[in-house]
Amino acid sequence: MIEIRWHGRGGQGIVTASEILASTAMKEDKYIQSFPDFGPERMGAPVRAYTRIDDKPIDLHSQVYEPDIVVVLDPTLLETINVAEGLKKNGILLINTKSSKDDIKKKVDFRGKIYVLDATTIALETIGRPIANICAVGALSKISNIVKKENIIETIKEVMGEKFSEKVVQGNINAATRGYDEVN
Amino acid sequence: MMQSVKKVVTGNHATSYGAKASRVEVIAAYPITPQTQIVELLSEMVASGELKAKFIKVESEHSAMAAVIGASATGARAYTATSSHGLLLMHEMLHWAANARLPIVMANVNRAVGTPWNVWADQNDSLSQRDTGWMQIYCENNQEVFDTTIQAFRIAEQVSLPLMLNLDAFILSHTSEPIEMWDQDEIDEFLPPFNPQWKLDIEDPHSFGGLTTPDWYFELRYKIQKAQEIALSIMEKVDEDYFKLFGMRYGLVEEYKCEDADIILLVSGTIASTAKDAVDVMRQKGLKVGSAKVRVFRPFPKERVRMIAQKARKLIVIDRNISFGSEGIFFSEVKSCLYGEEYRPPMYGFIAGLGGRDVLIKDIEGIVEYASTNPPKDIIWWGVKV
Amino acid sequence: MDPGVVSCHGCGATAAMRFVLKALGRDTIVVLPACCWSIIAGPFPYSSLKVPLFHTAFETGGSVASGVTAALQIKGKKATVLSWAGDGGTFDIGLQALSGAVERNENFIYVCYDNEAYMNTGIQRSSATPWGAWTTTTPQENFKSEPKKNIVEIMVAHRIPYTATATIAYPEDLIRKLKKAKEIQGSKFIHILSPCPPGWRSAPEKSVKLTRLAVQARIFPLYEVEYGRYTVNMKLPQIQVKEYLREQGRFAHLTEENITRIQENVDHDWSILLKKEEMST
Repeated sequence: MIEIRWHGRGGQGIVTASEILASTAMKEDKYIQSFPDFGPERMGAPVRAYTRIDDKPIDLHSQVYEPDIVVVLDPTLLETINVAEGLKKNGILLINTKSSKDDIKKKVDFRGKIYVLDATTIALETIGRPIANICAVGALSKISNIVKKENIIETIKEVMGEKFSEKVVQGNINAATRGYDEVN
Repeated sequence: MMQSVKKVVTGNHATSYGAKASRVEVIAAYPITPQTQIVELLSEMVASGELKAKFIKVESEHSAMAAVIGASATGARAYTATSSHGLLLMHEMLHWAANARLPIVMANVNRAVGTPWNVWADQNDSLSQRDTGWMQIYCENNQEVFDTTIQAFRIAEQVSLPLMLNLDAFILSHTSEPIEMWDQDEIDEFLPPFNPQWKLDIEDPHSFGGLTTPDWYFELRYKIQKAQEIALSIMEKVDEDYFKLFGMRYGLVEEYKCEDADIILLVSGTIASTAKDAVDVMRQKGLKVGSAKVRVFRPFPKERVRMIAQKARKLIVIDRNISFGSEGIFFSEVKSCLYGEEYRPPMYGFIAGLGGRDVLIKDIEGIVEYASTNPPKDIIWWGVKV
Repeated sequence: MDPGVVSCHGCGATAAMRFVLKALGRDTIVVLPACCWSIIAGPFPYSSLKVPLFHTAFETGGSVASGVTAALQIKGKKATVLSWAGDGGTFDIGLQALSGAVERNENFIYVCYDNEAYMNTGIQRSSATPWGAWTTTTPQENFKSEPKKNIVEIMVAHRIPYTATATIAYPEDLIRKLKKAKEIQGSKFIHILSPCPPGWRSAPEKSVKLTRLAVQARIFPLYEVEYGRYTVNMKLPQIQVKEYLREQGRFAHLTEENITRIQENVDHDWSILLKKEEMST
């Protein structure tokens, strides 16, 4: 089983990110769970979301304590919380930031694999809003191999096609694709 | 003809989809964390016409139950959803609904009761309603929530008693899991329209609930108890029919690796789900442990529990609830149904997870270890920090 | 109040509490039924209020306050009892207890901070939701089609000593009214309009401006009723309702026809209010 923890602030779409990843994994015949921090959410407050992906049905219904992957959508959180808490030693940390990998390494308490990506800028360029979540999902697929890029695109079309315009859907697809291509 | 559809949904939405698939006709509900998504989705479906039902946006839960009582008494298939304090506010009318023999279905999100405020998983809300005459089922995952919602209408309408299905706050209500939603035609075959013999009808006028003297009241209560008693076999038959159509079977008590178990855990809700993983972990370490999920709480499945108790050297009950001044509520029920049995294994009553405190695989392992090496005890507060 | 409240950006209720406590002072006991402020007050073991605070069940703002008041009286102690409730706990589930308490003329101040929906549970409609508004239970095509319940008139009908409306855009007016209420014996009801950016789909930095627009558009007139005598506090030059409505995404779907209807109703209600003022002098 793979467990992923997402860090962000209320309104940044980490729950959506987790759900898109989970739905994509389902396309690849995996079993999934996706859930947010349990409790009242306030716009702008730090929040977390979690994804579980497994080859067999998931019976576990407790919280995630030792994730395999941590994704941080809001770099300002690095100042206030230990985003790497519980992250397995051989795990992966992906951070949305303008800073370099070396700068980030100084800020986080984690000696394993770190990836950085300026997902906010990509989001502004592709979807016109600083919402980095879909871009991060694309990046995650590249660095972790848990889902295939094509399937993420399919999921975006299905999930967003119902409520949003062609233009918005395409923008999100571009965000995910660039995330995949540009993560470092 | 529609196919079955696989969708990732939260527990809350699973019951909304279940209610829609059951073609409910009247919904009256009041928002309360963490149930709100149930009513929001139903409200959307009614607004868009996807679900042909009346949605009454009542001003309190007491009114929500009163309204579905009115609707059900007039012959409409009625549904509501609530949690915690909302359920407690309905209490007076819960009695009324069961005593009126109305087949209302309600989804209750198991949430802790205040004061102080706590929105997380805890069973005291529904279990404190165990005397009201409502049937009660506890679900462990979202597929079960969807299926149980549909089954609930059929069971309730056959037994003529209301049914409350329970799902843990956040752990199920807000957790997205994949579920399969069956073909509507087949669901319609499983669940025909609600057609009660007695209802408010100008063509066939009757009076319901007039002053009833001691000469008559006793027999009415006898009938309710009898209805609960036959409900067990009705539930089993419904389960069987559901399995034939949809391949899903749940039963009254679901056993996991109990056949050769020395220690058996009796659990409910999402703890039962996690317990299966814990059993696997312990089996790998050579321990002969099994778990049994008590899915149906009212009526209490005494025979099934007695049969399981026969297999074990020790019985552990984990209660995410407590009846103050007494003990864990599932524990009490299990203990009492073993009274008079020739073989009664030693029993351990663990209280865990109140107010949403997480129950991990390692907690369940610790609980089993405690029971392996200590004498039986009625109440053990697992992990209490004192 | 202490700093560090956990409300959303631009929350009208937070500003309202600040001004109200400023007016009432430290000798205040707050009774707090379920509402956004149940969270804003802070989780155990913190409290953002420097005065005694009792959290209580949703529908009991009026009834618990009655008990607190009675206890203070029997013990010969003096304090201002303040029930602080949202529109849900006032207009809907709490109406019975509120009606009961004010009918008995219990000596307390009941403040309803009205963000016009059940915001704490995620923006569901209440009977305080204005005609035309989107909420999660009155989605787009089926926007709220019942008029907003007039809670002030309901309170006036109970013949209580003092009823008033107030907003955060006119803090001196609000503070004056609370100070006045403090000096009156019996039941006092204050209705405060409280913008909620997530629920109203408005910009967080515009909350104060929105309440000002509501007053100027006469959607939320500022007035007092003392023993049945009406005083309209501010007769400002009128602005059109659409200036207020267009700042809020919850009204974005309204047609010209809808807006005209709202304008007509607001104009009508305003003229009735002025007549009441005239008649009651």
